[in-house]
Amino acid sequence: MQWLIYIFLIPMVVLIGGGIIGLYAKGVDRKFAAYYQSRIGPPLRQPFYDIGKLMQKQTIIPENAVGWIFSGAPFVALASSVILLVYILVPYFAWIGDFNFFFSKSGDIILILYLLMIPSIALVAGGFASGSPYATLGAQREMVILMSTELPLAVTAVTFAWRLSHVAPGASHFSLVTMSFHPLWSGMGPFGILGGMLLALSIAVVIPAELAKIPFDQAEAETEIAEGLLAEYSGKYLAFYQIADGVKSLAVISLAVILFFPNGFVQMTGYRIAPAGYDITLLLDVVIFMVKVFLVYFVSVTTVRIAMARLKISQVAKLFLVTITVMCLAGYVLITLDPVIRTL
Amino acid sequence: MDKTITYPLQIGPTHPAFKEPVRFSFKVEGERVAGVDIDLGYTHRAIEVISKERNFIQTIYLLERICGICSVSHPMAYCMAVEDASGIEVPPRARYIRTIIGELERMHSHLLWAGVAAHEIGFDTLFLYTWNIREKVLDCLEQFTGNRVNYAMLTIGGVRRDLTDDLIPVIEQTLEYYLEVYQRTSEILLDDQSIRYRCEGTGILTYDQAVALCAVGPTARASGLAKDVRVDYPMLAYPDMDWLKPITPLDIGKEPAGDVYDRMVVRVLELKQSVDIIRFCLDNLPEGPIASINGSIKIINKLKKVQGEGIGRYEAPRGEVAHYDILDMSECPVQMKVKAPTYSNAFAWVPMLQGSEIADIPIVIASIDPCIACADRMTILRDDGATETLNAEYLHSLSVNKMKEVKSRCSG
Repeated sequence: MQWLIYIFLIPMVVLIGGGIIGLYAKGVDRKFAAYYQSRIGPPLRQPFYDIGKLMQKQTIIPENAVGWIFSGAPFVALASSVILLVYILVPYFAWIGDFNFFFSKSGDIILILYLLMIPSIALVAGGFASGSPYATLGAQREMVILMSTELPLAVTAVTFAWRLSHVAPGASHFSLVTMSFHPLWSGMGPFGILGGMLLALSIAVVIPAELAKIPFDQAEAETEIAEGLLAEYSGKYLAFYQIADGVKSLAVISLAVILFFPNGFVQMTGYRIAPAGYDITLLLDVVIFMVKVFLVYFVSVTTVRIAMARLKISQVAKLFLVTITVMCLAGYVLITLDPVIRTL
Repeated sequence: MDKTITYPLQIGPTHPAFKEPVRFSFKVEGERVAGVDIDLGYTHRAIEVISKERNFIQTIYLLERICGICSVSHPMAYCMAVEDASGIEVPPRARYIRTIIGELERMHSHLLWAGVAAHEIGFDTLFLYTWNIREKVLDCLEQFTGNRVNYAMLTIGGVRRDLTDDLIPVIEQTLEYYLEVYQRTSEILLDDQSIRYRCEGTGILTYDQAVALCAVGPTARASGLAKDVRVDYPMLAYPDMDWLKPITPLDIGKEPAGDVYDRMVVRVLELKQSVDIIRFCLDNLPEGPIASINGSIKIINKLKKVQGEGIGRYEAPRGEVAHYDILDMSECPVQMKVKAPTYSNAFAWVPMLQGSEIADIPIVIASIDPCIACADRMTILRDDGATETLNAEYLHSLSVNKMKEVKSRCSG
């Protein structure tokens, strides 16, 4: 019976916690961007005010929209984002904190890659169903972005799994926990490090595309297609999308942190902190993790989005399908070759 | 899949990309534009009709409000038209002061355009940067004329306020500031890779098209068509500047391609040119009166005795603005016609947009620096909602009849 409680309780906790942290991350992002643009910027709590306001507003369903898809899509987006975050964060913290329960063995990278697509697919379905030409255009663009970022992500996942099959032959190679247990950088030669850096760089480019931030916000391009996918959404549904976006940002960035910088306090220092008999190492780890998340968010989202113009959708497809995929494959080859070269 | 499906896409009358209402009907194949139709007329304010009920002085302030950005260009062309008709001389000092205000306005207009263009392609940091440095010239204009826009500086036969000695250092400081930031601004606008990705090769207007469609201003110059009213037509202080020549992308050694990037190049270079022109004017500012007739009443009394027609042309930041006025023994213009730069450039939108991507639409539309409020001159309203297409012959016969009517009203 205990697993039943876990199944219902943990997603609830993650929804509330992830929503709050994700929205605060948005606020921090806006504040930093404002600083760079010599503005004052909104208060950190602005995303919460926005959602509070949207919740009170009238929710309009367009006349020629497909009602049930239109109104179902925001819930699917939010639910899948939360599940995604559960499968990314809970096994990781279970591993860090040395717990052993229902979620600690579940969740592998293939599942996460598929879950990662669901919020976007929900957005696309909602866009197509809203019956507005702008939303249709946005949905088409979102599909292109979705498909072109898939290949780099898949190559990255395969690279990690391949490496685990060498480093830890017994463990399950696609599990995120195993990946955290054997960080990419440990026991690597210069070739492997270079390959890992290529992978990290390509994931850093994929992150803004997953989060629909400039230069990859074609699906919502404000000055081109008037918020595109979200053109017809209002009120509660828009608020749900915004929460889902916050949760998904946190999930995507957490995934990057877990893949590339997984070490917690114990792994870094080898000590546990336990003043007066209370073990607060896990608390410390949460703080360290949050700092990493905000740093990655800042580097790969905020600084990029203030320093670039929006690309065209054809340029995006070319960038991901050619440049980034080649970078990923190069990283894959380098990491594969690393053990061979070191034995020479 | 050889069969392509086209579908209609309406952009406007209100859309985040447009600062003023204008409607574009596109035929789209996927992400490619297959057909364009432009529908102007959403901001018609009947300025030409109103001006018939205002006296010559009131009309100046009415025309300042045709457009918030060209608030010197329109009254300038109007004053020149009335001066042309009545033979009122403008003293040299007034001509220099008019040149200075016009060039200050050009600087702020080009900076505003750069910000708008950056916003259209999603580069908000650059948008805020250019608008931030634009504040300096607005402050300067405010100190000089008393207002950030709508300066109320011009009058028929001169200017209303003198450029006093304590204002000269203020303007010089502003110019100094722009020379300082010019390097950085031009680097960001012209060398930034993501801007080049978006602007190079988009919205191409070839030399031949520019000639055929009578493009004006930076739009024409970016296509290699070296025309600039400041050089081609004797007015204000410009004839004194032998070194002045129209700016084309050739000035930075680039073959004009007529794309959005070239229009950016022309505007950035004109920023520098404006600084040079104002420097020249400050150095060679003649002494003397600032207006040939003092007092509005005297001006109106003189114009009341005049019969004739006049044309005034001025190079607004967006291109040539021309005003045509008829004076006929009355204290109001009997008839006036405003030809705004956007009126000429709007037709260039069609070849620019044909075959471009949807993503290019906002930046291509913004690239001619449209001023819809300037261009809207006529609206046809039908009670039953029917639409009527006006062809060239009909419009021509309308103009001929109108001219006959105006001539019959003029005594003699």
